[in-house]
Amino acid sequence: MAIHPPEKRIWWNEPLEKSEVTWITIAFIWGLVMFFTMVFWHFTGEQNLSNEAYRIHPETFAERTEAMVDQYTVREEGETGLPVVHPPPGSDVYMLARLWEWWPILELEEGKNYRLHLSSMDWQHGFSLQPENINIQVHPGYELVLTLTPEGIGEYGVVCNEYCGIGHHQMVGKIHVVAAK
Amino acid sequence: MASIAHTGTLPRAAEFRTCPDTGLKVDLAAEKLIRWNAVVAVVFLAIGGFFGLLVALTRWPAVHLLPAEWFYLALTAHGADVLLFWIIFFEIAILYFASAILLSCRLATPRLAWLGFWLMLAGALLANVAVLQGESSVMFTSYVPMQAAPHFYLGLILFAVGTLVAVAVFFGTLVIAKDEGTYEGSVPLVTFGAIAAAIIAVFTITSGAIILIPTFLWSVGLISHIDPVIYKVVWWGMGHSSQQINVCAHVAVWYAIAAMVLGAKPLSEKVSRFAFLMYILFLQIAAAHHLLVEPGISSEWKIFNTSYALYLAVLGSLIHGLSVPGAIEAAQRRRGYTKGVFEWLRKAPWGNPAFAGMFLSLVMFGFIGGISGVVLGSEQINLIMHNTMYVPGHFHGTVVAGTTLAFMAITYLVVPLVFRREIMFKKLAQWQPYVFGLGVAGISLFMMGAGTLGVSRRHWDITFSDAPVAFDYPGTAFLMMGLNGVFGVLAALGGLMYVVVVVGSVFFGERRTEEKARAEPLLPQGGAEAVASYGSEGTLKLPGTITLVTIFFVAFVLYYFVNWKFLSEVWPLS
Repeated sequence: MAIHPPEKRIWWNEPLEKSEVTWITIAFIWGLVMFFTMVFWHFTGEQNLSNEAYRIHPETFAERTEAMVDQYTVREEGETGLPVVHPPPGSDVYMLARLWEWWPILELEEGKNYRLHLSSMDWQHGFSLQPENINIQVHPGYELVLTLTPEGIGEYGVVCNEYCGIGHHQMVGKIHVVAAK
Repeated sequence: MASIAHTGTLPRAAEFRTCPDTGLKVDLAAEKLIRWNAVVAVVFLAIGGFFGLLVALTRWPAVHLLPAEWFYLALTAHGADVLLFWIIFFEIAILYFASAILLSCRLATPRLAWLGFWLMLAGALLANVAVLQGESSVMFTSYVPMQAAPHFYLGLILFAVGTLVAVAVFFGTLVIAKDEGTYEGSVPLVTFGAIAAAIIAVFTITSGAIILIPTFLWSVGLISHIDPVIYKVVWWGMGHSSQQINVCAHVAVWYAIAAMVLGAKPLSEKVSRFAFLMYILFLQIAAAHHLLVEPGISSEWKIFNTSYALYLAVLGSLIHGLSVPGAIEAAQRRRGYTKGVFEWLRKAPWGNPAFAGMFLSLVMFGFIGGISGVVLGSEQINLIMHNTMYVPGHFHGTVVAGTTLAFMAITYLVVPLVFRREIMFKKLAQWQPYVFGLGVAGISLFMMGAGTLGVSRRHWDITFSDAPVAFDYPGTAFLMMGLNGVFGVLAALGGLMYVVVVVGSVFFGERRTEEKARAEPLLPQGGAEAVASYGSEGTLKLPGTITLVTIFFVAFVLYYFVNWKFLSEVWPLS
């Protein structure tokens, strides 16, 4: 029994049951398939998280975001008057996370590429784009740069899904996707 | 046996009793430590489970029980009390059982073992005090730069040191057993599994020390900055690896229950031990599961680590997934349940809560926790699941349906064998694994459902009523969270049944005297002999297990690729 020492002292020479060998082989091959699916997706899939990241001071990131907001704000929205920014397609766009808001609101054109920069001013936050359900961790001191192609005209929520203190549930931002001009 | 020249103090003169059920020599000091560790474990399960119920009732949108600050406090306490304190106290009991009792050996240095116990208890209490004071609602993970009160980290450090002492006592006991020749040949498979758990525990606790000690110094102002990404890499070296201790421990418990209830013998010692070896070699690198969408970590690192090299640790679990039910089927067939494919399963002792809990744990760990874990841990698929309710859905399938249910199941053997008390409320005990199992299955599945609809974990208000801009999750997501609440209540009921049965039996149960043990043996008589001699090639037919494993594999493959399909439908990003 499993609670007694093996009854044959030389247990490692016992022949294996055929069904066990077959299962181990199948399981091993399945592991290889799953491993190479991830590798394969880097070459053929369209959803891979960028490896481009930099260390950055929160103040520097805030300055760059403010520069974009100053240049491209088209209107304000929400109770707190969040700026809505419409940067040109192909450009660098910034969204900063801080207690407890995503700033600013972005207005992007459908089917165009944008270089989205994400970073936090204080604690960790979670960029959770809904209802697409794209979720990316946002750290203070790190700037992640990814290329994003919005699909589907409409309003998208940006929920914070990394717990960030008592106001965590108020932290909602927005991305508008509009028709390309 | 080699003669050893003893220097210094002589070995302790241990007192033993002979177990009337198993014939094992039981060191009374070890027995006492097992009892105390198990009792404290159950107390923390009760506390942590209560906080879990509060969390479930708050996330049930129609109930929304607690205010925000209490919700985050309860969630922090829930994680620490059940994931750390309940499970690790119980695991220490298992380590002492698998070493001193199964090897009929005296426990090494019981005094040190008590020191470990008190350190763990002091640490666990200190961390609880810190959380209840309200200044440490940082979640179980305590991601920097969010800061808890210094005694929160100090509590965790004390707990970790105590655990390390206990693990050292376990290794010491193995050395003594070998030295004094208390067993013949190799250690039993269950002990082997416990050794795997203990080796991983050393790695885990070291990771915890490496990150929690600087974090404590940072919280008292002696260190100015802790890098948040490095914190996560090292913290999860503790946080995820400790889950692998659980896997080793509960797989060892599966084998132990199958052996004790049915006299089941491993199909092949070689294969089962090899599977545990895969855990030791590859499980630790799973810190990557929590870093798949972090900045500053390369995809190569992520893929290699998240897959445990080439899914070699998953291979270990898949092997146990065949060899545990296979051992049960073989034992049952030897007793004459040979009709059809599934007579062995139909005629299994479903009224015995130890067996029922063990088998439910096995099935749910595989189908719910295991499959979802591999999918969630695929580098790119993680993008559509990270930090959603899918994550707690997954780990309630592993840690609650898997580990907790397995530990509950073996309690029904521990109480009569180690506490020497009869189980009280037999009917309640019979139903307990089913009520708890159904509740946990519901929690896991509905949380995963809510997660695929985007619902955030660790979130007080998914209606965002106080937010400056509006956003609504789909109606189905609210339904899922409501159902999660309903099944959370059911799981809490199952947990309460367990606590009532265990506390009642341990303190008020009828004493199980030697006469009574001989009159009503707990373990099958002759079962061990009936299955004592197989394992060689060609003697064994296991159509039932093969069918179960095939169903599992097909479900696994389909679910895996469905999720790649889901991923392919979201916005392109690179």
